[in-house]
Amino acid sequence: MANIELRDIVKTYGDGFKAVKGVSLDIADGEFMILVGPSGCGKSTLLRMIVGLEDITAGELKISGKRVNELAPRDRNLAMVFQNYALYPHLSVFENIAFPLRLARGQFTEDEVKQKVNAAAAVLELQDHLDRKPANLSGGQRQRVAMGRAIVRDADAFLFDEPLSNLDAKLRGQMRTEIARMQRRLGITTVYVTHDQIEAMTLGDRVAVLKRGELQQVASPRELYEQPVNLFVAGFIGSPPMNFLPARVDGDVLKLPICDIPIPGELQQKLEGRDLPIVGIRPEYIKDSSVQRPNDRDVTFEAQVDVTEWLGNEQYAYVPFESDPAVQHKLDELDRDLDGEGLRTQLVVNLDARSRIREGDVARFHLDPAMAHVFDLATGENLTRNEEEAARIARESEEDRRRSLERSKAREAAEAGAS
Amino acid sequence: MEQNNKQKWSLALVSLPVIIWTLIPVIWIFSLAVKPQANQADNNFWPRGFSLDNFELILFGGASDLFLPALLNSIIVGLIATTISVILATFCAYAIARLNFSGKKMILFVALAVSFFPVISLVTPLFDVWRSIGLFDTIPGLVIPYLSLTLPLSIWILSAFFQQIPWELEQAAQVDGATSWQAFRKVIVPLAAPGVFTTGIITFFTAWNDFVFAISLTSESARTVPAALAFFTGASQFEQPTGAISAAAVIVTIPVVILVLLFQKRIVAGLTSGAVKG
Ligand SMILES: Nc1ncnc2c1ncn2[C@@H]1O[C@H](COP(=O)(O)OP(=O)(O)OP(=O)(O)O)[C@@H](O)[C@H]1O
Ligand SMILES: [Mg+2]
Repeated sequence: MANIELRDIVKTYGDGFKAVKGVSLDIADGEFMILVGPSGCGKSTLLRMIVGLEDITAGELKISGKRVNELAPRDRNLAMVFQNYALYPHLSVFENIAFPLRLARGQFTEDEVKQKVNAAAAVLELQDHLDRKPANLSGGQRQRVAMGRAIVRDADAFLFDEPLSNLDAKLRGQMRTEIARMQRRLGITTVYVTHDQIEAMTLGDRVAVLKRGELQQVASPRELYEQPVNLFVAGFIGSPPMNFLPARVDGDVLKLPICDIPIPGELQQKLEGRDLPIVGIRPEYIKDSSVQRPNDRDVTFEAQVDVTEWLGNEQYAYVPFESDPAVQHKLDELDRDLDGEGLRTQLVVNLDARSRIREGDVARFHLDPAMAHVFDLATGENLTRNEEEAARIARESEEDRRRSLERSKAREAAEAGAS
Repeated sequence: MEQNNKQKWSLALVSLPVIIWTLIPVIWIFSLAVKPQANQADNNFWPRGFSLDNFELILFGGASDLFLPALLNSIIVGLIATTISVILATFCAYAIARLNFSGKKMILFVALAVSFFPVISLVTPLFDVWRSIGLFDTIPGLVIPYLSLTLPLSIWILSAFFQQIPWELEQAAQVDGATSWQAFRKVIVPLAAPGVFTTGIITFFTAWNDFVFAISLTSESARTVPAALAFFTGASQFEQPTGAISAAAVIVTIPVVILVLLFQKRIVAGLTSGAVKG
């Protein structure tokens, strides 16, 4: 049981590259913290600094209030699951899992080791494979052995570096729920690095979004999705990503390439001197008017659909639009930050699966202007972020977390009492 | 399937001449060793008649004073040289594979250059030096040159093995609670075992088979088998010692064959597979 505190952590690599630029983060006891960000933003570096495999250039790292900057990995009592599992190929599955116990020499008798390994193997359903060598296991089984090695000891925290990225989609889904269940059951502080949107949104109590070694926002998945602080977070969270449209302020309306939307009163002040903001609209906030009736507040528009993709439970429509050259460089830069491919400017609409819109149709859409975000062109700051709403979401998700942790602790206690 | 069979056959066809080429001298030595003395020079490849006289001669008979101490010396020199060489090469190769220090390339290059040095040119100066510092005709006097001959190659082979081992394994071990030394001993060394055995065998063979150093740097007390063979004489003045030499050659070949058969099992390629995904 431990909380982890990062204070202005900096990492400069030997070749002078600054991979992490002053990250501060508080990870509560029992919390599931996710680190996300585009490739090369320093997620692994940060994780490896926490576990002690990488020296901390500047800043302070505390575990349970104790400074651990100078401690060797083995003295930090953390367990880590590597992206490529890093199993010991010359040892059987049993010995792989028992490895940390055997290193703690004299602490465990042979019987205790056996009993602990068997318990871990039972949790991960590895009982039938204990005598086999890692080379002969499937990807999912190897992954579970790596987890077994982590859970067999009483580590203060778990650290995961993209543990599921080598598995196929189906197995990834299964292991994801498995990890979530295990973390709740054990109630152990967890730091989890991932690329995967779904993992980030479903597993994390809170998600830390990194960009080029800098922390952008730390918040619950819902807050990140609904109240992003800037253009980068808005574009990074969500799949398909938020649509970004160049806008022009014209009196009290924002002129977008597809339609005009009214500017609410409180925003008008903020837009003073910002003639060219960027408007962000999530694909699911644009609706097909023939399936769903527009409200009074909604803005309607007509557009020609270029391509549609039907996925069974939902449907995507793509609407190309002419971009404003004055804003395009900013959108291109954002695209690069997000590891994008510099594709054409198009609007993605997440339609109801019942929608009858087909390729080439000219269709009527509507959207609620209140759901649109407006970003400053220069700084990328979200001008429509509602701090009260954000605080409310944060409070709620913290309550949710405490409750589920308490539930699992109570269940644990009940089980312990029963047996 | 057909393709596979074809490949097998063509491989067999290519390897057959090689096998014959290498086996003929070996069989010939066996044949000479068991030929009775009278048939030694009969120019037959296969022996007509069979006798163990030659073995008796070198093990219990007149040549045993020469052969048995030499055999003991060979074993001692071989084992000491192998042990020291493997230990030194393991540490050195590990440092080269894992650490970034200046002069690393230089070390590897010099090591390679040393192994290209013609051995015969070293012998005379060594003889003088050994004589003056008292290493002549001693076991260390042989072990030292063998080490310098085998270390470069051992370091090259082992550093290649170490480089193959994913660094994450060591880091995983450290996170699991191992010290650097424990991680090295419990994870890296077992994984590099094929390399360790390979270098061990190479060193042992070099020491076991060497003639040049053995004949020049030893006299009575540290002489090894290859050098001792040169001093064999026939049972009488008129007999060639061919049979005895062949018998001795057979005896010293046996440990080599046993070693290879034993370690063949240990030198399993691809031991690291399964460590990491991919
Ligand atoms: N040993 C090193 N020496 C120098 N630079 C390094 C080193 N390791 C990583 N970097 C650099 O630090 C940056 C962050 O690397 P890191 O591995 O933390 O990225 P990441 O966020 O984990 O990316 P990915 O999602 O691709 O794994 C990268 O730009 C990388 O080039
Ligand atoms: Mg990484």
